[in-house]
Formats: sequence, C-alpha cells, structure tokens
Amino acid sequence: MVFGRITGIVGLAIVLGGLQLGAASVAFADTTILNVSYDPTRELYKDFNAAFAEKWKADTGETVTIQTSHGGSGKQARSVIDGLQADVVTLALEADIDAIAKGTGKIPADWKSKFENNSAPYTSTIVFLVRKGNPKGVKDWNDLVKPDIQVITPNPKTSGGARWNFLAAWAYGRAANGGDDAKAQEYVTELFKHVPVLDTGARGATTTFVQRGLGDVLLAWENEAYLSLEELGPDKFEIVTPSISIKAEPPVALVDGNVDAKGTRKVAEAYLGYLYSDAGQKIAAKHYYRPFKPAAADPADIARFGELKLVTIEDFGGWKEAQPKFFGDGGVFDQLYKPGQ
Amino acid sequence: MSHDLTASSVASPLPASGPQPALPQLAAATSESRFARLTLTITALAFVALFLLLPLAAVFTEALRKGPAEFVAALGDAETFSAIRLTLTVAAIAVPLNLVFGVAAAWAIAKFEFKGKAFLTTLIDLPFSVSPVISGLVFVLLFGSHSLIGPWLQSHGIQILFAVPGLVLATVFVTFPFVARELIPLMQEQGSSDEEAALSLGASGWQTFWHVTLPNIKWGLLYGVLLCNARAMGEFGAVSVVSGHIRGETNTMPLQVEILYNEYNFVAAFAVAALLALLALITLILKTALEIRYSAEIAASRRH
Repeated sequence: MVFGRITGIVGLAIVLGGLQLGAASVAFADTTILNVSYDPTRELYKDFNAAFAEKWKADTGETVTIQTSHGGSGKQARSVIDGLQADVVTLALEADIDAIAKGTGKIPADWKSKFENNSAPYTSTIVFLVRKGNPKGVKDWNDLVKPDIQVITPNPKTSGGARWNFLAAWAYGRAANGGDDAKAQEYVTELFKHVPVLDTGARGATTTFVQRGLGDVLLAWENEAYLSLEELGPDKFEIVTPSISIKAEPPVALVDGNVDAKGTRKVAEAYLGYLYSDAGQKIAAKHYYRPFKPAAADPADIARFGELKLVTIEDFGGWKEAQPKFFGDGGVFDQLYKPGQ
Repeated sequence: MSHDLTASSVASPLPASGPQPALPQLAAATSESRFARLTLTITALAFVALFLLLPLAAVFTEALRKGPAEFVAALGDAETFSAIRLTLTVAAIAVPLNLVFGVAAAWAIAKFEFKGKAFLTTLIDLPFSVSPVISGLVFVLLFGSHSLIGPWLQSHGIQILFAVPGLVLATVFVTFPFVARELIPLMQEQGSSDEEAALSLGASGWQTFWHVTLPNIKWGLLYGVLLCNARAMGEFGAVSVVSGHIRGETNTMPLQVEILYNEYNFVAAFAVAALLALLALITLILKTALEIRYSAEIAASRRH
C-alpha cells in the first residue's frame, strides 16, 4: 500500500515535470503575453489582439501571441493575486486593480497615473435596456419608480457593474433635487423597491431580463447593452439613454512584477499603449466603448452613442471614499435595501 | 415525449376501454399487485423521461437548431477544439492515477487489518462530501502565491495553478473515491481466502495479484474507472477555480460551455454540451455492452 502510494506520487511528479518542460519549450519559440480581462471584452480584444500582433510584426519583425482570459472582474483579480501570470490586466473596476496592487505588490500603487485618462483608454456608461417598442414608455430615471415598473439590476455588494448602476441612479436623484443627498437617497430607496431580484453579477442580471423575461428595464453598461442587442436581435429590445448617468472607466494596467520576471515588459507596454493609438480607439468604438479620443474613431460608430450628461466617480469622492460609504457593511446600501418590501 | 412513453406502456397490457373497468376482470389475487406494478412502472418511466430524456433531448435539439453544419463548425473552432483536447488530456492523466490509487487503497482496506483503517476509509470518501469549489480552493491555498510553497515554485518557474498540473490535481482530488469505493465492498465480500490459497501454493505477491485478485475484481474495477472517467471529463466546480480561464489554454469542455453560453453563443455552447453528453453516453453503452457480452463471467465472479 505504502509502496503503491509512493510509486504513485513519484509517477505524478514525473508526469507533472514532463508537462512543465513541455510548456516551457513552447514558451521559448515565441513571445506570449497574457491579458486578463473581464466578461464583455471578448470581441473587443479579439479584434484588437489581431491588430496589435500585426503592428508588432511590422515594427519589430517579432511574432507575438496574445492570450486572453475573461471572467467576472473581481474573480479575475483574485486569480492574478493567486498567481495567474498576467502581463496586463484590463478590468472593469479600479478597485480590482488596487486589490492586485495591494495583494501582490506586482503593480505599483500609483498605477493609475501610468497611462492617459486615469489609465482608462475607453469608457462606458449606464443606460436602460427595455423591451421592443418601449411598452412602458420609459424615458428617464423618474420613470423607473412608477408603480407598475420592475427594474433588473445585480447586487451592488457582489457586482462591480451594479455599483455603477447604483451611483448613476444616485447622480440622477442628486441632480433632480438640486444636489440634496437625502433626497437622492429617498429616490434610490424607492428605486430598489422596484427591483424584484438581485442577481450576483451583470451577466446573471442580463439572463434574468433576456431569457427569463423578468422586469421592464435592465440597467446595463452601454457596451453590454449594445452587445446583447446585437447578439439577441434588435427586434426584441431597444436602448434608452437617460438624461444623466455616470462615466464608467474600465482601467488597464501593466503587471510589472510578472513582465519583469517573464521579460515581456517592452511588448506588454506597447500593447497597452496601442489601445490609445488611433487604431486602438477605432476598435474600441466599433465594440461600443466610448473612446478616449472620439476624433480617432469612425464617426458612424460615435453617432450611435446617445447624448447625456455624465458625472464621474470623483463626484462621489473617488472609489476609495464611495466604496466603504455606499457598499461597505452597514453602509448606505445596507440601510436602504430591505428585501421583500 | 413523456406522454408517448407512458401511453404505449399502458396500452399494451390493458383493453382500449382504459384502466378502470379493466381491473375487476383480472384474477382477484393478482389485481392489486398488477395495478401497483403498473403504477410503479409508469411512474418510473415518466420520471426518467421527464428528468433524464427530456433535458438530454433539449441539449441535442439546441445544438442542432441551426443545422449540422453549424454544429460541426462550432466544434471545429480553435478554442473549443483545444478545450476538447485539454479535457481528454486531463482525463487521460487523472484516471490512470486514480486507478492505481484506488486499487492500492481498496487492496489495503479489504485484505489487511491495520490501525487507522476506519479513518482511511472515511478519508477516501472526503472528496464526495466536500463541495467541488472547496476542492479547487484547497489547491489555491496550497500552491497560490500566498501559500508556503507558492513563492518557491514561482521562483523556479514551475506553474501549477492556472495550468495543466493544477487542472489534473483538482480532477484527481474530485474523482479520487470512484475506483476505491467500487472495489472495497467487492473485495471485502470476496475475502482473502483465494489469495491465501495462492500464497500457500507458492505464488509471489505480484502473481497473486495478477492471477487471482485482478480477475476477481475486474468488473468492479472497470465500472469504477468508467465512472471516474465520466466525472473527470464533466467536472466543473473544482477546475473552474484553478483554471484561470485562459482561452485556448486552460479551459476544459465544461468551462467552455459556460463561456460560450455567457457570450450568447448558444449553438456552440450546446454543441459542446452535446459532445460531453455523447461521451457520457458512450461510457454507458460501453459498460452495458461489456456487461451483456460477459454476463456469465460477471455472475460467476459475484458468486465467489
């Protein structure tokens, strides 16, 4: 028995070692970088990676392979902290990159200042997805608290996207009441009484709205809303752009600790830099992200975005202040959301 | 679909007038048991149809919704193809390992008396009682950047998590009990008299195992291996935690199904799901075919 176990363990070690050698020899043949991203960026980076690889080949003659990993933003950050060898991270929330910086020390604390526009090469905002023909006549935030309206949004305690939804609603409540935060809280409290179910993530909320047919309005990222429209058929849903919303800045960062260990700093830096180039901005706009430099994008793509007033996270004191105040334990959300009311 | 099945099974033994008036015409002594038998059969068939056949049919319908060409194209996608290859690779490493571990553990528990035997038996069952997510997290805690050996592994360029070794480890952990669980009761029932006889006749330990024990347990062993393989290919929770979801690299088939589904690529998602189901069905058919082919031999080994 003991003998069997030992042989087994030795066998395992040999097998694993063999795999490791195999993996290492592949890595030498070609430069490979890993972009750890979040859920809805797949199509964007599929296009962008091809464009960058071509450009890199033309500039340096080297072949670069870009691997991507997609998942919930928080889960992806967790994987990088646990040792996923990301060269760059392109996540949904600043807080997720902060968590990597804090948890590993592989990203400097001042990462936000390394690239233009707070390291956000493209932005998005929160809009409404409604059923085709807008049967309930939803035009703006005040329509969401009318008696027969049901709103679908995920739980801000677990979902990054839901925090943007929450703050966008708050921004409306504030603007509609001359900057009165108490009135804003009243509005948001009322709004959450119209939420029948809190999914844990943005994709879950979309499925609830689209597949299960629950609710009249889905609060969604603009790029996600356009993506679901494209994928699920424009004959089923339409997008309503409210009068005011919040500018969501999905940030990017170089994982210094990993690129230095792997010797991929140059190509990884160029990769992120290329997001800011005219070509990169054009691809971002094509995939429904609002580019940092709209002039570089195709005007037809820009014309798709509805006009609205945008507040930023700085209007809430930045994430470092907003996160604990609104979404921490016993914070504003805990006080105003009472399920079953 | 469930109606068709139940209708045909009702119709054959009873007149067309329906079950109610038919019953009194049957012999009084058997009428009740016949009724009970029918009810049970119908219930079982309806249940199987509703909970097993219907979902399975739905998977294949969805997969073929846009025609077989689309189905084949979905499976030919580079990322999906690599997921299929990865799943088969992981199973090809994990199943033989658990075959060896399972036989060794069952052998030790069934044929020998030693201290801590009850504890070992309980320990083998551990992966069954632990949630698969925890099974994955265990390896993150063991090999992650913040673990004791994580930094050492990293400084030597050894990648366990978010690579094939991590996927294999998680799969081995989750499928650990299948072979052992199948063999222990069988070997205990058979006792060790055959082995003792062989040894007393001068056979070596290895000869005893190869010529006496193995033939006695081979059906149980085969069944355990098939179950182990099915689970190894289908495991989602534990591998999801240690995968890292690198496209074309560390996504297994079940993970690829989730990703494709989340990307609204329903045909491709169900195509991969259908392939997984097909692999499971092949496993089942293989087992049944072997059982039919060798039924006499199996009965003989049970009689031991």
